[in-house]
Amino acid sequence: MTDPVLIWSYLSQGPLLWLTATLAAYLLGDAAFRASRRQSWANPVLIAIILLALLLGVTGTDYATYFEGAQFVHFMLGPATVALGLPLYDNLRRVRSAFWPMLAALLAGSSVGVISVLMIAKAFGIQGAVLASLAPKSTTAPVAIGIAERMGGQPTLTAALVLLTGIFGAIVVTPLLNALRIRDWRARGFAIGVAAHGIGTARAFQVNQTAGAFSGIGMGLNAVLTAIIAPLALTFFG
Amino acid sequence: MIATLALILTLQLAGEIAARALSLPLPGPVVGLILLVLTCLIRPSLVDRIRPATQGLLQHLSLFFVPAGVGIVAHLPLLGQHGVGLAVAIAGSTLLAIAVGALAFTWVARLLNTPADEGGDD
Repeated sequence: MTDPVLIWSYLSQGPLLWLTATLAAYLLGDAAFRASRRQSWANPVLIAIILLALLLGVTGTDYATYFEGAQFVHFMLGPATVALGLPLYDNLRRVRSAFWPMLAALLAGSSVGVISVLMIAKAFGIQGAVLASLAPKSTTAPVAIGIAERMGGQPTLTAALVLLTGIFGAIVVTPLLNALRIRDWRARGFAIGVAAHGIGTARAFQVNQTAGAFSGIGMGLNAVLTAIIAPLALTFFG
Repeated sequence: MIATLALILTLQLAGEIAARALSLPLPGPVVGLILLVLTCLIRPSLVDRIRPATQGLLQHLSLFFVPAGVGIVAHLPLLGQHGVGLAVAIAGSTLLAIAVGALAFTWVARLLNTPADEGGDD
């Protein structure tokens, strides 16, 4: 029989192990989400991240090695974003009739998100590159990184802050909007898409198809608006 | 399924090229999203053929965020240094942005008398 250490050193070099681990961790997270009767605090992304982080820690694997395998899953973010075009097409008639409400929600949600995060962070003494990395936190990661870089932020820190925002938004959106007694699926979906990008959109699709479609639109529109608002807000409030 | 994936990747590729060539403020996949809507508008017969695979992708949208999310771990020291401030800033501003966005939507919808959409799940 071959030494288990040799098998490990072989597996830990290839993409197979960490690709499998990523899918398994997600399935466990999804099973926990279903077992909790789809409670928003049992967020499958958060559970999978914690499980994988623990596994990387225990096995002493660095992130670059992990990403060798996980990159195949990461790549699918692009095609999945394109796929959001289908629910948008399905809801085009509703989208047209909701033009003014969407414009209001976009302007209000986006500017409140950017300005409040800068003001709160500044009150805690955060400044410079960290502040610039924080400003586009509600935007989808590739856009946020581009915006942050132009303002002197750090790309990988920006990605981490964007993901934390998405996970937090996905967890709080249902109880928050229930407490505010907002029942319009278009409003609920659009607001979470503007505030918490793709992870919020994934949460919206778990709850309601209309909410998911409007969330995807909110995410797309806010990607454009944040590119304009964030540099201005950083000048005035940063 | 492969045909749908090929179509989606082609649109993403076209989006990526357009975004770079025209230096748009949008990432390639978001341009691809717009191109998919336009494709569906031009060829409505395509919609039912691409629906199964497309919905399959969207059902597991969460999964695709996991690899990047694990990257948070690499930033724990820096995040810990500003831990409280970053946590309060992200939590506070995200709560505010969701609430203000949703309220603005419903206020304007009520003002213009657009019917709300309240059917379906919880």
